[in-house]
Amino acid sequence: MARNIKLRIWRGDSTEGGLKDVVVEANEGEVVLDVIHRVQATQMGDLAVRWNCKAGKCGSCSMEINGKPRLACMTQVASFGEEETITVTPLRAFPIIKDLVTDVSFNYKKAMEVPAYEHPANLAPGEARMEQIDVERSQEFRKCIECFLCQDVCHVVRDHEENKKSFAGPRFFIRIAELDMHPLDTLKNRKKTAQEQHGLGMCNITKCCTEVCPEHIKITDNAIIPMKERVADIKYDPIRWLGTKIRKREGL
Amino acid sequence: MSGVFSPTRAKIKERTLRTDKWWLQPLLTFSVLISFVIYATFRAFENDNYYKDHLISPFYSPCLSEACVPEATINGFTPVSATILNFALSPALIILIFPLGFRMTCYYYRKSYYRSFWMSPPACAVAEPHKKYTGETRFPLIIQNSHRYFFYAGLVLNVILTYDAVISFKNPEGEWGHMSVGSLVLLVSSTLLWLYSMSCHSCRHTIGGRLKNFSKHPVRYKLWSWVSVLNHSHQQFAWFSLAAVAFADIYVRQVASGAWTNFYFF
Repeated sequence: MARNIKLRIWRGDSTEGGLKDVVVEANEGEVVLDVIHRVQATQMGDLAVRWNCKAGKCGSCSMEINGKPRLACMTQVASFGEEETITVTPLRAFPIIKDLVTDVSFNYKKAMEVPAYEHPANLAPGEARMEQIDVERSQEFRKCIECFLCQDVCHVVRDHEENKKSFAGPRFFIRIAELDMHPLDTLKNRKKTAQEQHGLGMCNITKCCTEVCPEHIKITDNAIIPMKERVADIKYDPIRWLGTKIRKREGL
Repeated sequence: MSGVFSPTRAKIKERTLRTDKWWLQPLLTFSVLISFVIYATFRAFENDNYYKDHLISPFYSPCLSEACVPEATINGFTPVSATILNFALSPALIILIFPLGFRMTCYYYRKSYYRSFWMSPPACAVAEPHKKYTGETRFPLIIQNSHRYFFYAGLVLNVILTYDAVISFKNPEGEWGHMSVGSLVLLVSSTLLWLYSMSCHSCRHTIGGRLKNFSKHPVRYKLWSWVSVLNHSHQQFAWFSLAAVAFADIYVRQVASGAWTNFYFF
């Protein structure tokens, strides 16, 4: 059954902007992205919104709904009270382009800074063999849809613009963890660079990235904390450090 | 102007647009933790009412000071002087540093107190009040990386507290095979402390998390799988064990001071 709902949508660009009130019809079962599209079709023809799959798999429609970073296509209108005004704003950690669209290129720059998988020199393509239990930890991280909600909510860059140059963010910590846990990756010093170049030590594990992840990846427990422990192995644990010097190996 | 008020970002004047009670969780955490800190500080300095009829408070165990009640020591082992610079040294102060360090550097408690005490951030998507942020890269917070050493010390304390729970199955005359409310309290407390320790992230890493090839270490992989299951509930174990230890201390204190009678089931 259709009903009218109250929306407040942020409209503007890098020079100015503000929240605009609209009333729009919402049908049963619709998500916030549906009603934003209806506003675009009926009331604000020039409203900018980024979207693609409408199935929670492309990560395009990331925005902040009632102050929380969420995917608009996965947020049911019915999850809000009937009299509640739904406030929709762009991601607040990234530069604004227009209305609900932000410039997320920060993330692509950070992605390029993470060294890629390095294949063992003695294995030709097609010769690599791995057991399932060796790769299942990394497979959780492959679920990432790159919606960048974790990057948006992370206070290290959200609240401190100056940290962007030295902090990769949770999305790339799971990438680094995925590679460091990969049974065949041979790149040395991944742990060291995670700490010294990608800013792992700046994370204070307040778990907001895990809370907002639409794929329910345990970013903090399964990637960031294990990486912090691996960094402790090589940088802050004198007994482990001595062990690696004697046995001449970085990991097991 | 930095953070969400940076010139390049959408011009929104509110620190957050969240409409739920985001402040409730940090407020509750702050209230509970500060209450525990105040109580533990009082008890650590009280230096009394920590032993009665084979019940010893977890705050005072192991009792290593010459000032300890003889029955509270482990075979009379008291290597620490009763005074320091002419001030009486409470036996609790000697050992509380280890559980305190374990909890202070615990990955779960870090989340709790960074949010509730330091407001960094107070809640997700709520702007923090600090102008600068360096995380755990500098002193003193770089010490958080020593969590594993406090975990090892915690394991030793768990063994001792389990021993305390076992000897509480004696009656006041020292005969085995008796069980009181006190035995039950110490048993629950030590069990929860084991669960808290075994679910710890450093434990998970040490037991198998640091491996690159699980298939080459099947036993450690199995152990890692079990610890990973416990690790899901680390937060709950952190709170339950804290409450159980506090209650065990309160119970022993009340019994030792004569306010409560330790009821024996058999």
